Amino acid sequence: MKILICISHVPDTTSRIKFTADGKQLDKQGLQFIIGPYDDYALARAVELKEAHGGTVTVLNVGTAETEPTIRKALAIGADNAIRIDAEPTDSWFVARQIAEVAKDQGYDLILMGRESIDFNGGVVHGMVAEMLGLQAFSPVMMLDVVDGKVKMAREIEGGKEYLEATMPLVAGCQEPIAEWKIPNMRGIMTARTKPLEVRAASDETKLTTHVHFELPPPKGAVVMIDPSNPEELIQKLVEEAKVL
Amino acid sequence: MERLKYPDFFKLDDLLTEEQIMVRDAMRNFVAAKIKPYIERWAQNSEFPVHLVREMGQAGAFGPMLPQAYGGSDIDAIAYGLLMQELEAGDSGMRSMASVQGSLVMFPIHAFGSQHQKSTYLPKLASGEMLGCFGLTEPDFGSNPSGMRSRVKDMGNYYLLNGAKMWITNAPVADIAVVWAKDENGRIKGLIVERGMEGFTSPETKNKWSLRASCTGELVFDNVKVPKENVLPGKDGLSAPLACLDKARYGIAWGAIGAAIDCYQSAVRYAGERIQFDKPIASFQLIQKKLAEMLTEITKAQLLCYRLGQLVNEGKASTVHISMAKRNNVEMALNIAREARQIHGAMGITGDFPVMRHMMNLESVITYEGTHDIHLLILGQEITGIPAFK
Repeated sequence: MKILICISHVPDTTSRIKFTADGKQLDKQGLQFIIGPYDDYALARAVELKEAHGGTVTVLNVGTAETEPTIRKALAIGADNAIRIDAEPTDSWFVARQIAEVAKDQGYDLILMGRESIDFNGGVVHGMVAEMLGLQAFSPVMMLDVVDGKVKMAREIEGGKEYLEATMPLVAGCQEPIAEWKIPNMRGIMTARTKPLEVRAASDETKLTTHVHFELPPPKGAVVMIDPSNPEELIQKLVEEAKVL
Repeated sequence: MERLKYPDFFKLDDLLTEEQIMVRDAMRNFVAAKIKPYIERWAQNSEFPVHLVREMGQAGAFGPMLPQAYGGSDIDAIAYGLLMQELEAGDSGMRSMASVQGSLVMFPIHAFGSQHQKSTYLPKLASGEMLGCFGLTEPDFGSNPSGMRSRVKDMGNYYLLNGAKMWITNAPVADIAVVWAKDENGRIKGLIVERGMEGFTSPETKNKWSLRASCTGELVFDNVKVPKENVLPGKDGLSAPLACLDKARYGIAWGAIGAAIDCYQSAVRYAGERIQFDKPIASFQLIQKKLAEMLTEITKAQLLCYRLGQLVNEGKASTVHISMAKRNNVEMALNIAREARQIHGAMGITGDFPVMRHMMNLESVITYEGTHDIHLLILGQEITGIPAFK
């Protein structure tokens, strides 16, 4: 089985996010970066599928050179080789184009990624890639198995789960509990650098979206405790201070 | 803004390689997932988590500096130190299990063992399929191991082993023991004794107030017939077990930093949350003094270990360097645990916080692998040229 796993390089989920003074970019100073948590679930499942069925896992990232430690972590976890498209991944259409270009004619049975990245949270790349390659796309996939050449999946839908069966190749946007995150072992860490990491130039520079401005949500106000025996005070504050009534 | 951050006050992370950081972070995640949620219960119940032997083996925590051909991972000394630091941030007993397996069982088999011994035991010890222990200390010979009474007698086809070892980490559950005993000529030899050999028993040491999640016991040898191929052929004499202790003490020097950091972080968090006199206790000068001194001592210990790790990597570290680091860092960690216990007030004596467990564990760590005083004498001999323990 040939699996392509697409990972994003995103700030650690506990990071305190700031933007540059002009509000146009993320301020990366002091931030720790990780494999996108949803992508990490997809990677863990890909490694399990390889262990169960054989084959190869190729990890793909669209990013500048600073993402290579994150890519090597994916290699340490169990991917066999990696491709980095040397470009800033700011536009979903652009990223999808790069993935489609890498995947085209390469015979990947499964193209897996997270349901969304946790930086821009677009959640559309898997669908776009599938469209560009003429494949089916499924998201958010919370269970994925390959039985007798067929892909069995569970997808989270409003109010329940949907169980599906599909043929390969396909594209899936994954989420928990498809697999548990894997912690690389010492051997994996030390062999990661010996695995191939190929750097390619972006195949199409077109970007359809530009970020105009970022801003942080307003800070949370202090909590005011009101005695339950005094609803008049609550009403007064809602009317005069919060101005919501 | 150092509050709640993992202390790296002198930006040592900038000096670490990508692999060293990845090793540390992987072990930190392992400890967060597999040890921290359960350790208070294991320690309270004096329960050795036997399932962790396999899991730590799979994580690569046993003998990771050994070559991959024998199940190791070829990591360098600084990465190994960081691994030990993270394990001991979980618990000194869990770090002890890995130290014994890696430094006191796998290291002597790799350094002094035959090819057959290496290929028989090392891969299984690395994976956690086998657990080992190290028998040097005896009831009457702790700081003075050369006085040991355990004896081996050459019986032609085999060695006959008699004697008893005490305070042996992993002993009650170990599959093999690397045991040191004197032959007829008074020469110390290393032997691999296997569980199941007739006359070999390993009673558990009960009622410990320290390292309660770790398994400690005795090794009793009553006319045990040890095959000759189980003797470590590469080295004999006291310098052989002492070389093992250097390896283990190196890991302890780093490990103690982990215990200290866990206590420090708990103290910083608690001081920020605990309100007295209408404000967090972190706003009082005496609390700030304690926290500032803790961070200073942790930072000094980190710098000492980083440089020691470089010396080990370059083959320039000797027993005296390791003695100074082990002694300094364990005392530092124990002092921080005690101060952190005070910051936590009455809550500090409960299992809701890790500090009293670390504090009690460190009372063992400051005594085992060369007592706090013996390390002074090792340094004293280095300075004066006069051995004070002979």
